Amino acid sequence: MLTDNVRELVDHLFRIEAGKMVPYLTRILGLGRLDLAEDVVQDTLCRAMETWPVHGVPENPSAWLMRVARNRAIDLIRRDAQFRYFSPELTHLLKLRENVLPGTPAFQNEIRDDQLRMMFSCCHPELSMEAQVTLILKTLCGFSVAEIAHALLASEEAIEKRLGRAKEFFREAGAFVEFTDAEQIPGRLNALYQAIYLLFNEGYHGSQSEQTVRDELCFEAIHLALLLSEHPHGNRPATFALLALMCFHASRLDGRMDEDGALVQLELQDRSKWDRDLIARGFQFLEKSSMGYELTEFHLQAGIASLHCAAPSYKETDWAKIVEFYGELYRISPSPIVALNRAVALGNSLGPKAGLAELRNIPDGGQLWEYPFFPAAQGEFLRLLGRLEEAREYFEKAEALARSRTESEFFARKIESCPPGFAQLNLPG
Amino acid sequence: MAKFMYLFRSNPETYRSTSPEQMQQIVKKWMEWKAGLEKNGHVNQLGERLDVTGKVVRGKSKTVTDGPYVEVKDSVQGYMLLEAKDLDLALELAKGCPVLERDGTVEVRPFISM
Repeated sequence: MLTDNVRELVDHLFRIEAGKMVPYLTRILGLGRLDLAEDVVQDTLCRAMETWPVHGVPENPSAWLMRVARNRAIDLIRRDAQFRYFSPELTHLLKLRENVLPGTPAFQNEIRDDQLRMMFSCCHPELSMEAQVTLILKTLCGFSVAEIAHALLASEEAIEKRLGRAKEFFREAGAFVEFTDAEQIPGRLNALYQAIYLLFNEGYHGSQSEQTVRDELCFEAIHLALLLSEHPHGNRPATFALLALMCFHASRLDGRMDEDGALVQLELQDRSKWDRDLIARGFQFLEKSSMGYELTEFHLQAGIASLHCAAPSYKETDWAKIVEFYGELYRISPSPIVALNRAVALGNSLGPKAGLAELRNIPDGGQLWEYPFFPAAQGEFLRLLGRLEEAREYFEKAEALARSRTESEFFARKIESCPPGFAQLNLPG
Repeated sequence: MAKFMYLFRSNPETYRSTSPEQMQQIVKKWMEWKAGLEKNGHVNQLGERLDVTGKVVRGKSKTVTDGPYVEVKDSVQGYMLLEAKDLDLALELAKGCPVLERDGTVEVRPFISM
């Protein structure tokens, strides 16, 4: 029979392998020829797409792809006079790597190094944060321009432009931007953390695209951080703290949406829907993050997220500890949002009256008036105090500031919970 | 049983902007379509896929030209030989071919019976 080739394809295999091949080829061809590396990878995947359905999926698909990509790159270099003139060593370099067979641990290590180098290259200080994240999605996550546009809620032209500018920068800066020096790592590590966390947050908060797309971004971010943590240079407390934070947040991805895709506030989430495995991994990472003397923002945020994940219910959450963590976080990086979160936690710990007072005491409250959750938080405490008329006004302010449909629907439900005509409800306690 | 040839044509340019994830979906669809044909004993020969490169020798002057041959968007991508009781069935089966989803075509040609 002809059907000996029913080998199943691993989910996302093409995307995952693209994220290995581009860094691998870029390492050899140079960052200035990122375009060429991408073309070679696209051709390689095309070849797989054409032949695998007929001849079957090869026994080791990754090795097959890597071999074809390398051979195509060698072909291109040989055919191109410019290459022969300027970089006669490239073919040799590619050939050299032939000795390291795909699938072996040595090769796996090389690929991991290539991917890490690519991550650091993407986080060049000359590039904007958006450009960094866009480049990471393109070169390390195997996303197409259309997919990035969809995920980051930007137009395809905007993404195209962003990538074009970044590549031009790489081309013009030439060897000067090549990331070869391990001494540069500490300097870029922080930028890389920020880029990874931004990627995660795009997935976690980007409320307009579909849930599957958003979840994918979250898991890509976790995947990249994991890769970083496995490398001697990335194996640091801050990396594990970031991983812990993302695992705790990701565990709630399913629970924070109802069947209609509406946002469910933490208080009302069905905690049985939280992913226990991810929470367990979060705690493992949190433990690893505490080995050392570093205390980063990620540590504190992960600590806060861990308390939410460990709590049996909203009421039984260790709010006092959360207030403490937010206080610490405010000391490291004072921001009105952190102050807002601290005030909310304080209200949950000491009662709505204290919470409301704290909210109204936040320094630099002006900046917060653009942020819908600031009036919403006041509305919530007022509601709990039974001052429904005032609460309603604040929820209406929040609705006017909503940045997405999900948010405005959420505030609309809040407004409904405070029917007009009840000036004052006297609640016990 | 009559014997037919499927000629798959598509525009290789469309694959330039196809994402890795989409390509994997295409592979999956091809494999499913092919497995269905095989299960029902329609596949005579799975055929081969053609590279987009190549040249054409033309006319009495025997001039050699580069591809594209007719038009790029109709370049032959590959073929398959299959068996079906008649042309209608062969056409019906061709309708499941994933090449159609990307604006390609399947040309269904019966072999001349002797």
